[in-house]
Amino acid sequence: MTESLWERLKQFWFVYPFIALWLLKPITPNWGVIPPKSCLGGCGSIEGMIPFVDWVNNLIAVLRNYEILPGISEGKVGLFTFREFTRYLANLIDIPLDFTEALLYKGFETIPLGPLPWVMILGLVVVLGLYLRGISLAILGGSCVLYLAIFSLRGIWTLSMKTLSAIAVSVPLAVLIGLVLGILGAKFKVVERILNPILNVLQSLPHFSYLILVAIFCGVGAKAGVIATVIFAFPPMTRLTILGLKELSSEIVEAGKMSGCNYWQMLFKVELPGARSALMLGINQVIMQCLAMVVIASFIGQPGLGHDLLARLQNLRLGQAFEIGVAVVFIAITLDRYSQALVLKQPERSREGAFWLRNPYLSGAIVIVVLSVILSFISSAATQLPKEYTISISGYLDLGIKTFTTSLFVPLGIFRDFLLVYFFMPTKAMFQSLPWISVIVLVGCAGWKLGRFKLALTVMFFVFLIAASGYWVRAMITLYMVSVAIIISMGFGIPVGIWASKRLNRTKLVLNICDTFQTFPSFIYLLPAVMLFQISDVSAIFAIVVYASIPITRYTIFGLRNVPSQIIEAAKMSGCSESQLLWKVRMPLAFPEMLLGVNQTLMFALFMVMIAGFIGTVDLSQEIFRALSFNDGGKGLVIGLCVSLIGLTADRLLVEWSNIKKRSYGLKT
Amino acid sequence: MREIVYKLRAALAMVFLAGATIFSGPAIADSSGVIKIPTHNWSSQLVGAEVVGELFKKVGEKVEYVPMDSQTVYQAMADGDIDIVHEVWEGAFGASFDKSLATGNVIDLLTHDAVTREDWWYPVYIEEVCPGLPDWEALAKCSDMFARADSGGKGVFIGGPVDWLKHDAEKVEALGMNFVVRNAGSAGAIWAELDAAVAQKKPVVIFNWSPNFIGAKYPGKFVEFPTHDPKCTTDASWGVNPDALYDCGNPASGYLKIGVNKDFEKNHPKAFNIAKQMNFSGPDIDKMANYVDTDGMEIPEAAQQWLKDHKSKWEKWVK
Repeated sequence: MTESLWERLKQFWFVYPFIALWLLKPITPNWGVIPPKSCLGGCGSIEGMIPFVDWVNNLIAVLRNYEILPGISEGKVGLFTFREFTRYLANLIDIPLDFTEALLYKGFETIPLGPLPWVMILGLVVVLGLYLRGISLAILGGSCVLYLAIFSLRGIWTLSMKTLSAIAVSVPLAVLIGLVLGILGAKFKVVERILNPILNVLQSLPHFSYLILVAIFCGVGAKAGVIATVIFAFPPMTRLTILGLKELSSEIVEAGKMSGCNYWQMLFKVELPGARSALMLGINQVIMQCLAMVVIASFIGQPGLGHDLLARLQNLRLGQAFEIGVAVVFIAITLDRYSQALVLKQPERSREGAFWLRNPYLSGAIVIVVLSVILSFISSAATQLPKEYTISISGYLDLGIKTFTTSLFVPLGIFRDFLLVYFFMPTKAMFQSLPWISVIVLVGCAGWKLGRFKLALTVMFFVFLIAASGYWVRAMITLYMVSVAIIISMGFGIPVGIWASKRLNRTKLVLNICDTFQTFPSFIYLLPAVMLFQISDVSAIFAIVVYASIPITRYTIFGLRNVPSQIIEAAKMSGCSESQLLWKVRMPLAFPEMLLGVNQTLMFALFMVMIAGFIGTVDLSQEIFRALSFNDGGKGLVIGLCVSLIGLTADRLLVEWSNIKKRSYGLKT
Repeated sequence: MREIVYKLRAALAMVFLAGATIFSGPAIADSSGVIKIPTHNWSSQLVGAEVVGELFKKVGEKVEYVPMDSQTVYQAMADGDIDIVHEVWEGAFGASFDKSLATGNVIDLLTHDAVTREDWWYPVYIEEVCPGLPDWEALAKCSDMFARADSGGKGVFIGGPVDWLKHDAEKVEALGMNFVVRNAGSAGAIWAELDAAVAQKKPVVIFNWSPNFIGAKYPGKFVEFPTHDPKCTTDASWGVNPDALYDCGNPASGYLKIGVNKDFEKNHPKAFNIAKQMNFSGPDIDKMANYVDTDGMEIPEAAQQWLKDHKSKWEKWVK
């Protein structure tokens, strides 16, 4: 008994140096508690050990004025700088954007053609839904379009078309960039090596940290919105392309070689079609990411739902903002389900007979186009639903929100104060009391335990960079909020996941709720959070939990449902009870998946902790907003990278842990 | 191996070709044909932007509204991506505006008649429980009332976002008030605090400014600090605390300006001519906000309404 206790204690050896250093804090010299400031670049002029901010700002200044091809500049091309070059490229985005904008809401200037009438969009969406899957999908698509048209008392229709016209450009662009980089990554090991860290950083970098750079190098407006969106949306596409191409079964490749494909035929006719499902999953992810950017892209000039949503929130019009939020969710889910249906679409048996019998859907679409053109000549109501027929229930929503919050003020006020005094404030004090060297030692030891020398060195380097940047104290507050939020999210998401995994209809229900909350613009529940919990850590952490519970719930369901059925059969045969089956068999086997869920939870939490800055927190997000207002591109980027490094450190450790567990269960070789 | 090198070379050649085609066109697309007006997220600005745009259209200019963050916009104006910012608030955007003026690419065109006030503010029912308001000393005596579970016994003042550069913490210190400043992250968060407090009739003191929609929705008053004097922020010996700066209120009449890009006059002389004559008064700004916030109009309607009601005013500018 004592020996097993000893063994257990030994397992956790990696925390002991950390605890020792923490306890030794009173005799630790000051430089070991808080990262010292150095004299690089002038004493007292920089925040940390290494003047990263100055370096980045210098780089930006150099790039702004750096002349490319100075020799050519005397010729007809004219003098241009790096910035003019990036701006020129950015302006190219205006070409497709002008087209989609004209098509969806502006109308064409050169030819007498207005924007697509809403009846035509409705009809085409329904026909496409019928073609792709059937009546259920058509109902979803149809009700989405109807919602946008009918709830348009405050102009949701036009706003949605503005948003869609940007999405229609950013999605293909992100898919294209992701695909090309993914193919290169799958073909050349070197490219993959270079891409991997870049993708990691891009996925965890807070948007606010690169908005200024986009504004400087690409300008502002719809095109800048598209660029910021693409930066955020393409990484999953690249990852899934690499994954899809690498996991292609060798039979397919062999078959291609046997039939004498050349390099390009091999790529386009064999490999890419073979990786179809991974690619389509990538496209789904791109769509979701693009819609998640709707609000943030409006900071640098993207018109549409996002801008309007923010404006209404700043005037405390929660009901109106809610209606817009629902529109975003509707669009996201419709686009997502349509693209999923496209993946699963089986080729149909060719029909016989006349043209309209052979191509019923195409003919239907043609009929709809013709009809709606005629209709829109007869009545302008077919072009856009007149205001008299549109509605808004924002008044009732406001009333509902008001009643809801008012009735909860007293109990939640007590709950809030209890949490603050007994839980959050002590935890925060603990995080702030940690000497930075003890934190480095902790991640180093954990890295050593999981992945020996290389991993230990990598994660220690990451943490050192944060310490050296000069934002250590704020980073620890961010870490405190994120850690507390993750613990609460797990306490909530894992039981829900277990409950939902038991039956298929529950799984579907919960996954749909997850999708809704993932695409519902999170800015909307910041304000009710403030009303209930005031401007305090409670409201910020509440907002993070709402968002960060999504991945842990998803991965728990995924892990539990994907336990190999032979193992479950075997366990049942040996007489496991229902609860034994869960706790002794399914949970341990789902554990590696759940660790990845925790990893994603952290990423979501880091994303949301930045947005929670709009409530008013004193962590890294506040510094990013400060940088944003002073157009300090360098500072914004450096703080963003600090956030990113927190994510990367945890990512390295958790992924390695998950792999070790998987191997030990024989789930992965 | 040789194959790879060959392919790489081919790829490089393609990239070069693509680059060459791109650069055979004009190096930078000319966007000076359209006047770009930023839109932010408060009602008076949104309506005003539409009004300004409509006026420019009357002399045949083309206008595009660009949604923008209200701070980032100054970088964009200096870069020439935005032509005109018609509501530059001294308190909130003075610092960013000054920075953009320093680049030499932005012109401080004019100051509106409308004055702005930004300071501590409370909903009026608090006077019942804290007698002596709006005087600041009365507020200081009531500090307990504003304390919260996590404020260590001190009263909580809900300040604006840190980047609005208010010296509230210095003010609290200089005047020896038992308060802490808690910075909201956005205007929305301040209003949410206020809304919840008013619903429960709880004490709250927030950062507020006028003109805005709050005045119409919730009756309240600004706290009267010692009257602002330029010396207050430069000379410690001035004021009630002889050893500290900021022992006074904010200026009760801050500026509201119009800023334009330096090329605006050259590219759009007609619009520039209108812009330099424009002048919104306090009631103008109030009305623009109220059309939307109290009467529930949408932005374009509200702009049309203002134009209809103030014909004599803007006709002089357009001449």
